[in-house]
Amino acid sequence: MPSVPFTKEMKKDYTILIPNMSPIHFNIMKQPFQLYGYKVILLENSSHTVIEEGLRYVHNDMCYPALLVIGQMIDAIHRGICDPDKCALVISQTGGGCRASNYYFLLIKALERAGYPQIPVISLNLQGMNKNPGFEIKPQMLLQVLSGLIYGDMLMLLSHQVRPYEVNKGDTDRLVEKWTEYLGQCYKNNKGYLGHYMKKNVNQISDDFAAIKVDRSRKKVKVGVVGEIYLKYAPLGNNNLEEFLESEGCEVMLPALIGFVLYGFSNGIKDAEYYGRAKKYAFFMKHFGMPFMAHYEHLIEKAITRHKEFVPPATIKELSQYAEEIINTGCKMGEGWLLTAEMVELIKKGYSNIITTQPFGCLPNHICAKGMIRPLKERYPESNIVPIDYDPSQARVNQENRIKLMLSVARERLDDELEKENRKNA
Amino acid sequence: MYRVGIDIGSTTIKVVVLDETGNIVFSVYERHLSEIIDKTKEMLERILPITGDDKVSIAISGSAGMGLATDCHIPFVQEVYATRNAAKHYIPDTDAIIELGGEDAKILFLTNGLEVRMNGSCAGGTGAFIDQMATLLGIGRDDIEYYAGKATQTYTIASRCGVFAKTDVQPLINQGAKVEDIAASILEAVVNQTIAGLAQGRRISGKVVYLGGPLTFIPTLRKKFDEALHTTGICPENSLYYVALGTALTKNYDLLTVQECIDRIESYSGEGKYVQFDPLFKDDDDYRAFKERHDRDCVKSIDPASYVGKGYLGIDSGSTTIKMCIISENGELLVSRYSPNNGNPVQAVKSFLTSFYENFPYIKLAGAASTGYGEDLMKAAFRLDCSLVETQAHFIGARFFLPEVDFIIDIGGQDMKCFKIRDGNIDDIFLNEACSSGCGSFLQTFAVALGKSVSDFANEAIKSQHPVDLGSRCTVFMNSSVKQAQKDGALLSDISAGLAISVVKNAIYKVIRASSAESLGRHIVVQGGTFLNDAVLRAFEKEIKADVIRPNIAGLMGAFGAALYAKRHSESEGKNESTILTEGEIDELTHDVKSVKCQGCTNHCLLTINTFAGGRRLVSGNRCEKPVTKTKVVDAEERDIYAYKQELFDEYAAARNPGAKRGTIGLPMALGMWELLPFWHTLFTKLGWDVVVSDKSNRELYVKGQASIPSDTVCFPAKLMHGHIENLLDKGVDAIFIPCSSYNVDEEKGTNHFNCPVVAYYAEVVHSNMDMRGKKLYYPYLSLENEKHLAKRISETFSIPKREVVKAIRCAFDELEAYHRKVVKRGEEIVERAHRDGKRVIVLCGRPYHVDNEINHGIDRLILSLDAYVISEDSISYKEKKHDVRVLNQWTYHARLYDAAYYVRERDDMDLVQFISFGCGLDAVTSDEVREILREKDKIYTMVKIDEITNVGAVKIRLRSLFAALEEKKSDA
Repeated sequence: MPSVPFTKEMKKDYTILIPNMSPIHFNIMKQPFQLYGYKVILLENSSHTVIEEGLRYVHNDMCYPALLVIGQMIDAIHRGICDPDKCALVISQTGGGCRASNYYFLLIKALERAGYPQIPVISLNLQGMNKNPGFEIKPQMLLQVLSGLIYGDMLMLLSHQVRPYEVNKGDTDRLVEKWTEYLGQCYKNNKGYLGHYMKKNVNQISDDFAAIKVDRSRKKVKVGVVGEIYLKYAPLGNNNLEEFLESEGCEVMLPALIGFVLYGFSNGIKDAEYYGRAKKYAFFMKHFGMPFMAHYEHLIEKAITRHKEFVPPATIKELSQYAEEIINTGCKMGEGWLLTAEMVELIKKGYSNIITTQPFGCLPNHICAKGMIRPLKERYPESNIVPIDYDPSQARVNQENRIKLMLSVARERLDDELEKENRKNA
Repeated sequence: MYRVGIDIGSTTIKVVVLDETGNIVFSVYERHLSEIIDKTKEMLERILPITGDDKVSIAISGSAGMGLATDCHIPFVQEVYATRNAAKHYIPDTDAIIELGGEDAKILFLTNGLEVRMNGSCAGGTGAFIDQMATLLGIGRDDIEYYAGKATQTYTIASRCGVFAKTDVQPLINQGAKVEDIAASILEAVVNQTIAGLAQGRRISGKVVYLGGPLTFIPTLRKKFDEALHTTGICPENSLYYVALGTALTKNYDLLTVQECIDRIESYSGEGKYVQFDPLFKDDDDYRAFKERHDRDCVKSIDPASYVGKGYLGIDSGSTTIKMCIISENGELLVSRYSPNNGNPVQAVKSFLTSFYENFPYIKLAGAASTGYGEDLMKAAFRLDCSLVETQAHFIGARFFLPEVDFIIDIGGQDMKCFKIRDGNIDDIFLNEACSSGCGSFLQTFAVALGKSVSDFANEAIKSQHPVDLGSRCTVFMNSSVKQAQKDGALLSDISAGLAISVVKNAIYKVIRASSAESLGRHIVVQGGTFLNDAVLRAFEKEIKADVIRPNIAGLMGAFGAALYAKRHSESEGKNESTILTEGEIDELTHDVKSVKCQGCTNHCLLTINTFAGGRRLVSGNRCEKPVTKTKVVDAEERDIYAYKQELFDEYAAARNPGAKRGTIGLPMALGMWELLPFWHTLFTKLGWDVVVSDKSNRELYVKGQASIPSDTVCFPAKLMHGHIENLLDKGVDAIFIPCSSYNVDEEKGTNHFNCPVVAYYAEVVHSNMDMRGKKLYYPYLSLENEKHLAKRISETFSIPKREVVKAIRCAFDELEAYHRKVVKRGEEIVERAHRDGKRVIVLCGRPYHVDNEINHGIDRLILSLDAYVISEDSISYKEKKHDVRVLNQWTYHARLYDAAYYVRERDDMDLVQFISFGCGLDAVTSDEVREILREKDKIYTMVKIDEITNVGAVKIRLRSLFAALEEKKSDA
């Protein structure tokens, strides 16, 4: 049962609410939408009423991100952030075998129960499910959004690698802000999202971050974060994990978002190989989709490696090789094999202290996160992995205590390493 | 320089001071009763004379100390890490450490790669759990050792979580199992929990060290660990202080004087940092008005001493309490009692009756009825006239107060019952599931932990101005939220109010799943002892934004209803005298309890046999009627499709092909195999293998595999897989096969036909976490949806020519179809037979693997014993066309559930009961949808949540309530 459609008339004066999964990315990616005439708001409301609304309108055993995202939208309506007769909601729909594909329907059910059946829900998906006439993504706009994803990855990766070491506090954040604004200007001038311009911009971003004054003399504990996609990136979901880790004196690595997109693309190819499904789709992905995206991967890699202190993200090709060491790349529900692959990547790049974030009762994570810790440990004894569960009433102190345990081991190892180095030097 | 370590755990505080040479010059271990800040300060003041004004190395550790350390800028050492450091210093050759604390359980592996683990978010089996169980048994915390040492046998108690275990323990108590045996069983559950939850596939061996309170104080617990691990661990000197010692020993750069620490703690006030709710009552007037309103709802009572005539007795034998009342011919209350059962409900009733007979000889009992968990026990023990299921008793009681009642919520000590009433009948029933506790005993536990009586604790809540938001999930973890809030300045009153709000939210949003007050009803009666707490009542009214009726005897409503029922029963039978034991017989009442293993079938249920004076007997713990009636259950497979399916699978398992050219291949009877065994068995047999099917699941088989389970929160059907693999390896198979498949068979009922992620990829977990003892594990990715492609994949996997494979696959598909046809046919036969025999048909829905007896706990047989016949979702789902459901319908097994619901709702002779495995994330979606499909046509939805848990008592109540409601509906029609 799909929702009320989002019509062309609605486009004129309706406000579209978007859950803010990853602030850096979404702040850039929302701008093309605005340019193309949509009124969009990224939701920032995060008080405990969000969780309360979620508990009220979503089955409590449902995954926590669903509860948060839906709770946040209903809370926004209740708070008058928008007019319930003049707003629409956007939610992603992956269409995979994970229960997350149900968000769209759960949101519609929730709106009905909350007394807002008139609010249209726009499903964002690759499969063309549940279409909306008023919500049309023109190719040009799509390219802009896509470039926003790439820029977001650049800013996220580099800010994480610089902020812990910056000499003048705030330099990094100011740079992120500056670029977010500048990119908006670029889009306005219909620039910055294709070939040459894009290359120039990403290179410039890399140079700008390299120019921030840093002090890397004191080594920091390097922590990688993987997990369910919303919890991994959204501060609302993971109780400001990044901030917490940086306050504990860590450098944080969050794998790039582009990996998830490519992971989705490549699964179609496996479906054809293993199950004989959708061969045309697989052919398209293999010969057009993946190579097209590969050029973006290349762009990022080249830009980031301009400076030797920066670590670039692995390409999808590398990631699937990493995965194959441990788990079959046919394991494709939820974050699937990508999650395992990212753990391997992080360990290989020196971020062997890893937090995997998962909603309590997340099914794919039983397999590809918790289920793979043992083989990872066998292969990479230096790995130091802690799974953290998130749910509506998980006490933050419990989560932090477990993270601190992981950090104690990490710090000890870092001390040992430094000692060894010192001895070698002496 | 002195080194100071402070370990603030969930219940105790430990402090050590080491001198320069590492000698312990001071150590103390005390309960802190949650007064963390004051207690820490006090401790520091005590060591001040030792350290003087010297700078010392000082650090805090422990789950309750983390926030304090951070806020006061005193160094913090994570407690597990501290333990590690202490062990490294004092017992350098330690291989593994098991440490149990108040709320935490930890395992540390020190050699061959450091690994440190602590319990995740679903926990139990810790000190607090043992305490709770002791309270439940009515014995002191320190008596556990005394009793456990004298046990003669043990019961299986769900070991994952305290809440689960409680639901296992309670019925054992009510059935009269011996305290000694229960105490030992509790300790065994702790051992299982620790190993299953934390070892995660790594063997605990070598030099094992036991630490922490429970392991120090309870030698039997250490013995149980030794037995389970096949080792002899040690409990070192100072085993209580390891965290504190490790904290003191940990390298520390930030030196302070003790006085500086005291100053920092003194100047700290964590005022109001916690998330708050609005106060329950604005002011005294508000509370007074509330009180006055509720004081009106009173049952009329008369002085029993002045009454001469007939009396009717109702006994509600609940989980932790026992309620009794006697009413007059006109329904006035004569005598009542509400008391804890202290683990011996028979004794409690006996003393009540003795004093009743003695004091009121002029009241003649003309009828007596029992209800509640101990319904059968009471009826047998005291020879009562009748008994009734507790939902009915509560309904009868509520109707007495408010004839037009349309919604009843009852929160008792251990369970929660809510029902909607329509046209004078119970129309929909909600009972709390195994996991959502939040009932009366929960508040009680907290009150005791904070050093208050239950009623004082409740009264505190009234005064609260800033109730704390404590969330609503797990009680075990609420403890940490409570401590955090206290540290942040929350008063006892705020916590009490916060807990009351938690209980209410849990009831409304988790159990009832209501989103608005209107959906509950217009005439609401609340009852159960927990609602006598004004804060809970107020929170409930505030949350649903409506006034409700709370009878003054809210806690007695079950007993009151039972008494009314006894009256009705006696009047309709024209009886003048109850069959209840007379005064003389009561005096001579003896009660003997014996436990035996039933030898009636391979299930070997542990039976509890109660024998009373006069030869009355009660057998409990049975799943079928066999041990009671001593007759064999015949032709079950003709009335119960679950039994029939078992039989079909047994036939496949028996079909061996000895000496086959390719050797033996093992198929584990777990997850998807419960659907596809006919297919794979045929395929491999045709291809030249001798197919070995793993044995039937049982407890022993499960325990054998539990050490390699990496995720303690995965569903039980998946956990069982580990046992089946071990079983196959024990049988010496050459190889094992578990298919991986994102896609299931396409039955063309949904937009797609996925498997759930666990069914789809569990083989990956097996591959990565289990020792295959050198045997090959085949776990290819393939699907049955495309026959041609499947042939290709099989041929590639096993290097068999495709031609051969194609032929075998065709046979396999034929076999699978034949199997489905058999199931469908038998389903039809059962329905026909039910019509002939005039029986009700229950469509017991679930997933194919719910046929496994160890997973369904014999609930299919329970339904048979309640006089209904059982069919399954897959025997009727094919009869429905494709439906548009309101959720994403893309899982093969789910589509069957929806179709079964559509089919059932059009039929008067069928009702649906849905199995849900705890932890099944997808069933959060299906249960709501199936309920809605049924509700649209006024069908009652019944959900049975199952897990490792072995007790079927609560399920029985649920099913009996369903049958009682259906019966009433029928007689109305």
